[in-house]
Amino acid sequence: MAAHTITFTVNGAPETALVHSHTTLLAFLREQLGLTGTKNGCSTGECGACTVLLNGEPVNACLVLAVEIDGAELVTVEGLAHDGQLEPLQQAFIDHTGTQCGFCTPGILIAARALLNRNPDPTEAEIKDALRGNLCRCTGYMRIIDAVKDAARTGG
Amino acid sequence: MSAAPKVTPTAPSMLAMPSPGLPPFDYVRVNHPGKVVRLLLEHGDNARLLMGGTDIFVQMRDGVLAPQIVIDLKRLPGMTNIRYDPARGLTVGAAVSMNALAAHPAVIAHYPLLVQAVETVASYQLRSRATMGGNLCNASPAADTAPAALVLETRCVAWGPDGERVIPVKDFFLGVRRTALQPGEFLARIEIPTPPDGWAGRYIKLGRNAGGDLAIVGVAVMGYPDHSTSSGYRFKVALASVAPTPIRVPEAEAILSANPITEDLLAQAARAAEDTAKPIDDLRGSARYRKAMTRNLARRALDDVWHELRKER
Repeated sequence: MAAHTITFTVNGAPETALVHSHTTLLAFLREQLGLTGTKNGCSTGECGACTVLLNGEPVNACLVLAVEIDGAELVTVEGLAHDGQLEPLQQAFIDHTGTQCGFCTPGILIAARALLNRNPDPTEAEIKDALRGNLCRCTGYMRIIDAVKDAARTGG
Repeated sequence: MSAAPKVTPTAPSMLAMPSPGLPPFDYVRVNHPGKVVRLLLEHGDNARLLMGGTDIFVQMRDGVLAPQIVIDLKRLPGMTNIRYDPARGLTVGAAVSMNALAAHPAVIAHYPLLVQAVETVASYQLRSRATMGGNLCNASPAADTAPAALVLETRCVAWGPDGERVIPVKDFFLGVRRTALQPGEFLARIEIPTPPDGWAGRYIKLGRNAGGDLAIVGVAVMGYPDHSTSSGYRFKVALASVAPTPIRVPEAEAILSANPITEDLLAQAARAAEDTAKPIDDLRGSARYRKAMTRNLARRALDDVWHELRKER
């Protein structure tokens, strides 16, 4: 079984690693890099708990191979806060109680970050559409949508 | 972005409970089409092609597929390019992501039907990876981009042992998950001609929820003024999820060319779509429900397109 050396950046830090062909990006992040903020929910690209930014675009890490990130830039939920400061979206989720059990939250934060990066002033319909691939079984979504609106309003 | 702290090594407890993984295989990244052909001929059914991976990795996890070698096509020349030329139409590399396609200015301006179809697929993050080329090659009866490809008279351009071969999309689907691609061939790009002036199109999909579920029924309609027909218009109608492959509905198209367009005629064409549909019962819907919904959605799509066409007159 082939192994591959990959070079990439994760949350701004350059890394080199040896990965098997069949290791998913999700398994690699959690089990080789210890970045367990990214969650494994359905493993089939439906729940969005494993969403990370790959070259700025949100992807389901369960459906990407680790070997495919050679040369890429990755951002996981661990990369959102800087210098001990939560990023505005994270603060808005706290302010609006947009998180309950928290399992879906990392993926939703990343999907919402990607939305605000490409569309800083989204409508409610655009927020719902951007979060269509993130399932939450606790909150009923309204507080999550409020949090994203608030972060957008405050320039997050 | 400031540098994050160096990550910590793997804790043994995390290795004890690995997330459900993929079965082992060898990954090969190729930069030359000839290498793909050689690998496909050498490995046959033990090789699978990777573009977005959103279908094959799910099938591999479910044990449906167990290839020994996975060939990544994304870095082949032209595979992620989009080109538009008013005379020749739109050329889409087979590995262009659905998001890249739907965000391309020429696609937004000239092929809104494609944008509609793409945006019904799953979720934004899935479409960062999923490709229209892969959607066609998987040949699912429910492929959301297939009805749009059918009504837009798309050409599939394959690379193979004898070089390039053009397969009209109407001849591309042979059965459930079976395409006209021969051993050693792979889809290199999709060519979509420029539709006639004044055209309008609509894709309507019914899923179990308002989100990106697989289609219970999908209907694409496009229409344009055509003075050579008795109605003064020509329509094209295609369906997903109601037959072993995505299909055109020539009966509905003929009805709409032969007579002046009226409410009755649109209803008659929608019934023709229902008659053409040969769906099955499955967990997403019964055959009877699918047939009824085919008529309803076809009628709605025809009404929308007809409304657009009359507006532009």
